[in-house]
Amino acid sequence: MSIDQKWGRLLDKQEEKELGNDHNTSKVENSDRGSWRRKNFGLYAVTFFIMLGVWAILSGKFDPFHLSLGVISCAIVSYLSADLLRPSVRGLLILLVRWVPYLLWLMKEIFKANLHVTYLVFHPRMMDLIDPKIVKFRSKLEGDLALVTFANSITLTPGTITVNVSLDGDFKVHAIDKASGEPLPGEMEARVAKAFGESDG
Amino acid sequence: MDIINIIVCVLLFSGLFFLTGGAVGILRFPDFYSRLHPAGKLDTLGSLLAMTAFALFNLHHFSLGALLTSLKILLIVVFIFLASPTATHGIVDAGVRAGLAPWTKGEKRR
Repeated sequence: MSIDQKWGRLLDKQEEKELGNDHNTSKVENSDRGSWRRKNFGLYAVTFFIMLGVWAILSGKFDPFHLSLGVISCAIVSYLSADLLRPSVRGLLILLVRWVPYLLWLMKEIFKANLHVTYLVFHPRMMDLIDPKIVKFRSKLEGDLALVTFANSITLTPGTITVNVSLDGDFKVHAIDKASGEPLPGEMEARVAKAFGESDG
Repeated sequence: MDIINIIVCVLLFSGLFFLTGGAVGILRFPDFYSRLHPAGKLDTLGSLLAMTAFALFNLHHFSLGALLTSLKILLIVVFIFLASPTATHGIVDAGVRAGLAPWTKGEKRR
């Protein structure tokens, strides 16, 4: 199967999934949409305050004129774009609580792996040490977001780059040497699964 | 000698070390795919360390303006961490689409 076909399949599948999720909102027009908006007011508030915070950091001016400009534009943008953010506020908070330990662990891994690649780079007999291989394995993860996070984490830790991921969780990873490629999927997958609440599934 | 200055120097030099490693790695590694390893990722950690040093140094004379500037510098790090793996993956994908076979052990370097 060519890569273009794969992409087409991927897009189709995603669309189906989204349509399935949206069953109650996509069918009916404005009235239903309005009630969805009222129900998820907290989502707008979260989007609004995150954007206002970024605005305040980037503008650095706290006089009424500039702040009111920020409030107006953040309100407009959050009104237009909160539809795109499907998860509920509670789900978002739970995800955040689970994510912080994962990110800390990932930073530690990135640091360790960086040292390893730097060692390879400066080694006089580097050509004997490296042994590039394409590692293939199947991941147990199921959610799209979990798969994307896992793929990006693999790319972030040096020594491994994700070449391709299929929707079913087939990974193709380019590893620079044996020590980088062997631990996959291993601990990182287990931690991603835990961060997304898939550990027992 | 201020303790902050020492921390800033250590961070800057370790960042410089990783960035140099990235540059040397691009020259030394044998092929397209393996060169992406130092190019895409040693840079990420190197700039993280260097930017943290800048943000800390900037806070030396504490004020609201200095704090805002430091936060902006940290925002740069966040965007690098999002963009760098995505760009690396895009480049690898382009190589695979073009049909370039990865270098394996025993071949001549390209």
